[in-house]
Amino acid sequence: MRNLSFPTLRAVGCATAESADSFVASFRGARAPRTLTRWIGCIQFLTLLVLTAGVSLAQSIPPDIAKKLDDLDKATKNAQMAGDNAWMLTSSALVLMMTGPGLALFYGGLVRKKNVLGTMMHSFILMATVSILWAVIGYSLAFAEGSPFIGDFRYVFLHGVGADPNADYGATIPHQTYMIYQLMFAIITPALISGAFAERMKFSAMLLFMTLWSLVVYFPMAHMVWGKGGLLNAALGGKYPAFDFAGGTVVHITSGVSALVCALYLGKRDNYPDESMRPHSVVLSVIGACLLWVGWFGFNAGSAVAAGSLASSAFIATHFATAAAVLGWMVIEWLMAGKPSVLGAISGAVAGLVAITPASGFVKPMPSILIGLAAGVVCYLMVAKVKKVFGYDDALDAFGVHGIGGTLGALLTGVFATKEVNDLRMGKPMGWVDGDAGQMMNQLIAVLIAWGLAIVGTLIILKICDVVCGVRVSKEQETEGLDLSMHGEEGYNLES
Amino acid sequence: MKRIEAIIQPHKLEDAKEALKNIGVDGMTITEVRGHGRQKGHTEVYRGMEYKVDLLPKVKLELVVGDARADEVIRTLVTAARTGKIGDGKIFVYEVADAVRIRNDDRGDAAL
Repeated sequence: MRNLSFPTLRAVGCATAESADSFVASFRGARAPRTLTRWIGCIQFLTLLVLTAGVSLAQSIPPDIAKKLDDLDKATKNAQMAGDNAWMLTSSALVLMMTGPGLALFYGGLVRKKNVLGTMMHSFILMATVSILWAVIGYSLAFAEGSPFIGDFRYVFLHGVGADPNADYGATIPHQTYMIYQLMFAIITPALISGAFAERMKFSAMLLFMTLWSLVVYFPMAHMVWGKGGLLNAALGGKYPAFDFAGGTVVHITSGVSALVCALYLGKRDNYPDESMRPHSVVLSVIGACLLWVGWFGFNAGSAVAAGSLASSAFIATHFATAAAVLGWMVIEWLMAGKPSVLGAISGAVAGLVAITPASGFVKPMPSILIGLAAGVVCYLMVAKVKKVFGYDDALDAFGVHGIGGTLGALLTGVFATKEVNDLRMGKPMGWVDGDAGQMMNQLIAVLIAWGLAIVGTLIILKICDVVCGVRVSKEQETEGLDLSMHGEEGYNLES
Repeated sequence: MKRIEAIIQPHKLEDAKEALKNIGVDGMTITEVRGHGRQKGHTEVYRGMEYKVDLLPKVKLELVVGDARADEVIRTLVTAARTGKIGDGKIFVYEVADAVRIRNDDRGDAAL
């Protein structure tokens, strides 16, 4: 009925009238047809009116069909939300796993036996403290719209963070999902720093340090890069839009550079480098590194905030970069040190994961391999050669891997970002390969801000902690080992 | 009574135990130790840091036997534990003042 439009009906009617006309004319002669035509015309007109009215009524849809369409619309939206939310909740769990037990094992295996529990505790306790800080004020400072540098207090105590999506941060997932996902990043970032002050930092000082560091360094940096209106936010109106898909600047540069500052401020471990401080269990570190690799898929691919093709692209870039980095580190170590170590292979993996973090959702697979390869080689040289030249005791190479790897990755993102992977600028070029070499400037600005904030913030916080409770343990406590002196425990009581 | 203390290569422990069993000696104490004589250790490298490891794993066997049997036991141990290379180990022999069996207070040779 709907396909019958007024013009069609009218055309049909006219044609009928004319044929009726000629039919009657053939019987009645030329004089009579006018009256009959008029009659037929009237009848046709009235019929037309009735039909059109009926068609119009049909075009205001019967209510049961309208409801069906509405339900269908809702169901489609729910299906999309379900897929995206399932992936984002999974990603959140994967990223938390990166801290515990991933990083806990990775770092724990690298220290001496007497410090294994203390080192694991550095990662584990942050899962508790940062979480509460985030719920109370952290999420708001990082992600509420405020100034270009820090958020305001609208989400304090998670007020306003509910089941409905936040259009700026993931239009297809509950706002709560986004909040909890970002929390896992806030947890692992300070945990990375612990690699620098391992085996000699006081536990109470560490708790205070991490709380202040989150407030002074992490929340502002996260806000600048990912928060609405943030200075460096490429997606939400930043003045210097930098591409940082999953946190090369926010997570790795800030933590890595802060790590260097901590290593320099706290000073070298007792008897370093004369006394043998071999890892007590590279076995634990291998397990930790593998958990980091798998978990990192949540870190990078989850940063797509949806379960679509960008997540796949980020997943793939992550994986291939890591593979290349392992090989890069292994080959250069083999050539320069004579044997390919297992510790080197897993360190290469972490270096690759770090470097691809900012680039993961912007680059194609082949550039990912290049980025990984570069990270493997550069980070090896940093850790095995450059560190010795300067003589600082970055115990677990947090700066060498995260600080340098993050800086390298952030800059290479400016080179290889392409609209063929991520059309954030809606047709306009993304990185150097697209023709926009100027993007390198924005990347550099973000890198410099991260370095600057980390250095200044960490120095001030360390001074405060030192005054309040002293940051370094005593010589006796260090010799005894943190497990006993800080926690009253031993990691392994194998004779019992 | 003589205490015979033999520090040998760990992979030679099974041969030594078997040889002693074959001459009828069952009582012994085994300890895992570290040390070196003239044997050089090895170097381990962790992320560019070199570590000289010169305390090498060895196994220490301790037995107490009657004076009459001491020479036989020493010859058996030497034959079983020898590889001919540096690092084979050493045997030391000590005088024992007394021995007591805890289960039933036996003393001297009867306690062995």
